[in-house]
Amino acid sequence: MENLEQKCVLGNFGDKVRSDCRVEVEYTSQGGRQLDIKSKVAVMYGESILKLVQDILDHFLISDIKLKLEDAGALPWVIAARIEAAIKRVYDVKAEFLLPVLPQNKLESSKERSRFSRLYLPGNTPSMMINAGLHKPDGVILDLEDAVAPEKKYEARFIVRNALRNVDFYQTERMVRINQIPAGLHDLEFIVSHHVNLILIPKCESALQIREVNNKINALQQQTGFKYAIWLMPIVESALGVIKAYEIASASPNVVAMAIGLEDYTADIGTLRTEEGTESFYARSAVVNACRAAGIQPIDSVFSDVSDMEALARNVQQSKRLGFDGMGCIHPRQIEVIHQNYAPESKEILKAQRIIMAFDLAISQGHGVVSLGTKMIDAPVVKRAQNTLQTAIKLGVISENWKTTFEQN
Amino acid sequence: MVINAAGRSVPTEVNGEAQIPYLGVGKFKPTGRRYGPPLESCADFPEDGNKLVPSLKEALIQAGFKDGMTISTHHHFRNGDIVSNQIFDIAHEMGIKDLRWYPSASFPCHEPLIKYLEDGTINRIEGSMNGALGKFTSQGGMKGIGILRSHGGRYQAVQDGEVHIDIAVIAASSADSFGNANGVNGPAASGVLGFALADSQYADKVIVVTDNLVPFPCYPWQIQGNYVDFTVKVEKVGDASKIVSGTTAVTKSPDRLLIAELTAKFCEATGLIYDGFSYQAGAGGTSLSIGIYFDEILRKNQWKARFVRAGSNQYPVKMLEDGIIDYIIDGQTFDMEGVRSIRENSNHVPSSPFTSYNYHGKGNFASMVDVVILGATEVDVNFNANVVTHSDGYLLHGIGGWQNCLFGKTVILPIPLFRDRIPVIRDEVTTLCGPGELIDVIVTERGIAINPLRTDLIEKAKNSNLPIKTIEELQAEAEAICGKPQNPQFEDEVVAIVKWVDGTVLDSIRKIKQ
Repeated sequence: MENLEQKCVLGNFGDKVRSDCRVEVEYTSQGGRQLDIKSKVAVMYGESILKLVQDILDHFLISDIKLKLEDAGALPWVIAARIEAAIKRVYDVKAEFLLPVLPQNKLESSKERSRFSRLYLPGNTPSMMINAGLHKPDGVILDLEDAVAPEKKYEARFIVRNALRNVDFYQTERMVRINQIPAGLHDLEFIVSHHVNLILIPKCESALQIREVNNKINALQQQTGFKYAIWLMPIVESALGVIKAYEIASASPNVVAMAIGLEDYTADIGTLRTEEGTESFYARSAVVNACRAAGIQPIDSVFSDVSDMEALARNVQQSKRLGFDGMGCIHPRQIEVIHQNYAPESKEILKAQRIIMAFDLAISQGHGVVSLGTKMIDAPVVKRAQNTLQTAIKLGVISENWKTTFEQN
Repeated sequence: MVINAAGRSVPTEVNGEAQIPYLGVGKFKPTGRRYGPPLESCADFPEDGNKLVPSLKEALIQAGFKDGMTISTHHHFRNGDIVSNQIFDIAHEMGIKDLRWYPSASFPCHEPLIKYLEDGTINRIEGSMNGALGKFTSQGGMKGIGILRSHGGRYQAVQDGEVHIDIAVIAASSADSFGNANGVNGPAASGVLGFALADSQYADKVIVVTDNLVPFPCYPWQIQGNYVDFTVKVEKVGDASKIVSGTTAVTKSPDRLLIAELTAKFCEATGLIYDGFSYQAGAGGTSLSIGIYFDEILRKNQWKARFVRAGSNQYPVKMLEDGIIDYIIDGQTFDMEGVRSIRENSNHVPSSPFTSYNYHGKGNFASMVDVVILGATEVDVNFNANVVTHSDGYLLHGIGGWQNCLFGKTVILPIPLFRDRIPVIRDEVTTLCGPGELIDVIVTERGIAINPLRTDLIEKAKNSNLPIKTIEELQAEAEAICGKPQNPQFEDEVVAIVKWVDGTVLDSIRKIKQ
């Protein structure tokens, strides 16, 4: 156990803070449970908040404590995370206090799923997590790294763990960005047994780092006996990382995508990031090439001007032309622009439809070989056409029943 | 106390006056004649038209300011109102007690009046009790019982003689000494003065206060000097910079933008928007964003809206100037662009609660509007809605034009399914302000519920890819996230009542149990 403190204050509270709380825990060995609970929603939830606090203290077998809670409408999983984090700084307790996991959060994600957009959510800001899935990004990233201030990293882990279990992200892939290795290895203890779908490994520079992460995942899964697929997306953010891109991309079968982080990369090569991006052309292409060689998805960097949707659209079009399959976003309004611009164009869709119609015809006629006009079509081409059409259906560009109205011409 | 047609327990007497319980939408038929103010002769007024008196206090004294009077004021300066507080400072100084304050709305700037509610200078507020005044009322601080009326209901109450105004004080950004006044000129221009119309027509004494006195004629004369007894020139009549309140900026919240987008998509998918349609654009970030989506839909189809009912601000003004809408029919002006437009553009038409909202008239504009976008603090599974109290039982808002707008052809409430853990869909609303039969669609970030009475909309939305759910499904979804809320605890004491648009009593607001 780390050194215990006499008193610990955690959480977020203030005029502008919503859906969060502040917790103050002070050690005492006498006087029973001295609870001071203030909540903006006391009229509606006062009793259930009190019960939650008592349940947590029962769980940790704490009979004497000074606990102060100032609540601004935090959901139960947030209150529980804050209190548990504060208690563990002051009392020598080991167990976790977990609310029942949502059944939909037990779903695993598929390796090939579309990853056009992934929305970054600061790991210590629960208010931004609650509705994140409604904006329909392909993935949400609960960020433990750069979006969390150093002094908040401890408590953010509890928030992220509980969010993985108790926030409905509505079919988006649940991702966590851990801290840079080796510090990030400790983060794994909070997410591996809690249904994370994909882990982002920042500032990755070697295959060794991937192996270290996998070793820790395996060890944790063996310890709990709870095994399921966890995908990895390393982020290359340095000159060295770009040089090692293929080594990283091919380091393990559970690496499904690799991203580039351009803010750090441009700083590392001693330049500034520009909208036209000539300074990162080499790095982006190198990452795309390494990913394609390793058979994984190349993912582009975030576009940071959240107010300029036209510049974002241009950025996505350029990204698509370079060969990327998706990019990060930092504001929900960017999601639709990203999807629309990565979406297959009408020419691509029409070609894919023709391939699938030819494939169906070949199957129905018992042919082993698919041909379109005079060209032979092999299996990967059919697969790619299927992916294109699935994406187009998902984005509402074509109907799910497109075959019924499709006319050969 | 009796149970009214909405199943709510309401008093039959309030502040010593008999009340009619709510009977149902359109059920109460008024009889008799309109109230008539005293007859006057122009022989008693100066022939040169100069009705100036040296100060507001002097004007009040000459108007016979005394205990128990009803004093009316208006909210076109919104949070920049100065004159209302001055009136009661004067009353306090003169030792006058038991006044009834009859504002068209109250704002945070009126918080200093709490001390006069405490010391008995003001007996009660009939109008709206916002923020701190609402909280004070909910805690049982007000001596009399507060009465909440809609903008249309305020006109109706005056016209029907239900409320007799002794002295109306009309603050105007421009006036002449005869009393002709408007809100479009002068350094404190605030737009339309429609809320003061009833008061000018029906009050015993009318005082016009301005800081921009112009030689006769002050035109346009939104208020006509022939109704006015006294005029007063002051240093500063109101703070026009504060008429732009926080709720008149477009939302940046991604969640609210999502609700706005869903609302617009719903209107498009169900054919509610068409060439020549009309809508009500409210204040509030979400409503404003919906207006922007409507604008896009109209432009995309090369359609026009015939008119927009407003609360005007820069967004409908831009649409008017771009030819996307033919007319703005404006009840109040929410920003300086709105003020400029109404001054310069003859298709930006000032209106009053008489033309747009008064239920006891030969029709009103509210029922001619195709799509009405409104807010609510709560709705219930029967589509009833609340705009005045929060789920914790505290009175915090006025009704505004909200009840009147419910008569639009399709009423849509775009609201978040929960706010900081507080679910918006309840088993039963804390306070009933609008009967569910008038509310058609609830749009939340997690789905859209259509009132089962609107089978036409249900049918049209069937083939859209919009997330249509039942209101019970939405309620369950919120409660799965937030938990099932407890209800607030009240004392028996009624601290305020909510009037329906026809003057009947729709609901009671009770004192919070401490």
